[in-house]
Amino acid sequence: MNYRAIFAIVRKDLKVASQNKGVMVPIIVLTVVFFVLLPWLTRLLPLVENMAGDSLNDIEKLLTRMPGGLQQDFSGLSLTQAMTVYVLKYMLAPMFLMIPILVASVIAADSFAGEKERKTLEALLYTPTTNRELFVAKLLSGWLAAIAVAWVGFVLYIVVANAAAWSQLHRIFFPNAMWLVLILWAVPAIAGLGVGAMVLASSRAQGFQDANQLGGIVILPLVALFYLQVAGVMYFNVIVAILMGLVIWLLTGLSIWLGSRIFQRNRLLAA
Amino acid sequence: MNTSVITINQLTRYFKETVAVDNLSLEVHAGEIFGFLGHNGAGKTTTVRLLNGVIDPTSGSMCVLGLDPQIDGPALRARTGVLTETPSMDERLTAWDNLSIFADLYGVPRADMKVRIHELLTEFDLADRANEKVGGYSKGMKQRLALARALLHKPELLFLDEATSGLDPVSAHHVNGLIERMARREGCTVFMCTHNLVEAQRLCDRVAILEHGQLVALGTPTELTRQYVRRLDVEVEMADEQIPIALGVLRSLPQFVLGEPAKPNGALVVTINKHESIPDVLAALVQNHIRVYRMAPQEANLEQVYFTLHEEREGV
Repeated sequence: MNYRAIFAIVRKDLKVASQNKGVMVPIIVLTVVFFVLLPWLTRLLPLVENMAGDSLNDIEKLLTRMPGGLQQDFSGLSLTQAMTVYVLKYMLAPMFLMIPILVASVIAADSFAGEKERKTLEALLYTPTTNRELFVAKLLSGWLAAIAVAWVGFVLYIVVANAAAWSQLHRIFFPNAMWLVLILWAVPAIAGLGVGAMVLASSRAQGFQDANQLGGIVILPLVALFYLQVAGVMYFNVIVAILMGLVIWLLTGLSIWLGSRIFQRNRLLAA
Repeated sequence: MNTSVITINQLTRYFKETVAVDNLSLEVHAGEIFGFLGHNGAGKTTTVRLLNGVIDPTSGSMCVLGLDPQIDGPALRARTGVLTETPSMDERLTAWDNLSIFADLYGVPRADMKVRIHELLTEFDLADRANEKVGGYSKGMKQRLALARALLHKPELLFLDEATSGLDPVSAHHVNGLIERMARREGCTVFMCTHNLVEAQRLCDRVAILEHGQLVALGTPTELTRQYVRRLDVEVEMADEQIPIALGVLRSLPQFVLGEPAKPNGALVVTINKHESIPDVLAALVQNHIRVYRMAPQEANLEQVYFTLHEEREGV
């Protein structure tokens, strides 16, 4: 593998994507909303407690229905404190996973479909890079960017979550083991799935917007996870995070394998 | 004996039911500027893609710089440079970024990279705008930058797909000068796809004419004009008031080829059947008391070859 060529393409794709408002605006907005705004809003939970009245009983019920491991997290906490821990540690976890998948897919859409749309792909195909090097480089662009945003965002989330909960808990409570599994195991997998899905979507798409819309479907399972957790059907813990990561890695492998069959010079220009 | 840089044998490429390249066989020799002529959709770009191993043929074989493009594509592409029909530059990047990324892709030694890029930007008169985004460049500037990119790694074989298309005359002249210098001084073989016949006539050592994917003519421009042009334009200068009489005389001659005579710059241009008929035409005019000041046969050119072949094939 020619790593110099691979990183030249990654550098090019990231530079080009960083100049594209269609790529950068959603990334910046989502990063601010998920990593700063939502965790900071938990500061409002004491106000909700004062206003909620009877509906507090429902929240209490939800918290008591949680598995034993999670119950330990809430032991000795007031309802507001428990709600703060629940929201910041568990409820926002599936939403957090949306960030890498969105970043990966939006950059991959720009890198695969956008390149076709801008007619810059042909010059790349005439270089000495092999099909595999080109494909790996294109995957890496979206994947590395997604992981970088997620990891930087995670650091930001640690700071904001602990700061937002400080008035309630008076201690640093975040992150826990489950979040470390999510960040180190599930996030790389889900970023890979975002890129893999976009490779497949780009083969059918006419351009960046088209690919983005087609590839957006991969976010639906995460929305479902969020609702399952809010409804009390399932909860994120270390085992769930590991298993979920495993399933996503398998799906990622499958989508990348399928994508590698499509991403052949012969096919790209023969259309 | 000429060393063959490209050898193509019965090369055919289909796109579904459509044949883009049809049983093409030819050779390109080292150091020559080889013109590949044809109308849009004749199969020129497909041939360039095939020769660089970017797409596979349906049948037939090729050998380029001693390599099989299907098997040794990456090694081959490291030795060829391609200027695509559209400049295909990343418009959100600067000229410098565009070139430095491709220098990495072509494996230009890191130690030489800056010097090489600067050298090319200066050569193509882009050095003072090297740090501007390419999106703000004119079409001519983009085309020059694309040519600079194709030359970054000093290719042995340069493919040019409509290199001067859309360029103003000054830029086109500059690019043509560079192409000529690449071939004549630096020994680079140039495979030039064009439908600019005047340019091909001036630059190319040999040309191939392609129609609907098939090779219809191959040779030097002189060979082709001798072989295919069966009519000759002759410029005849005479007094203006004698032109109507002269036209009457000319139209009655068997050597006169159908078509209305043109009259650019005051001289009458008539089309006759062959070079050997000039004395007969002159004699006929003089016998009819036409005072001929000058009679000059015009050089046959590739344009005439091209249209003769096109008319023959289309049955015009």
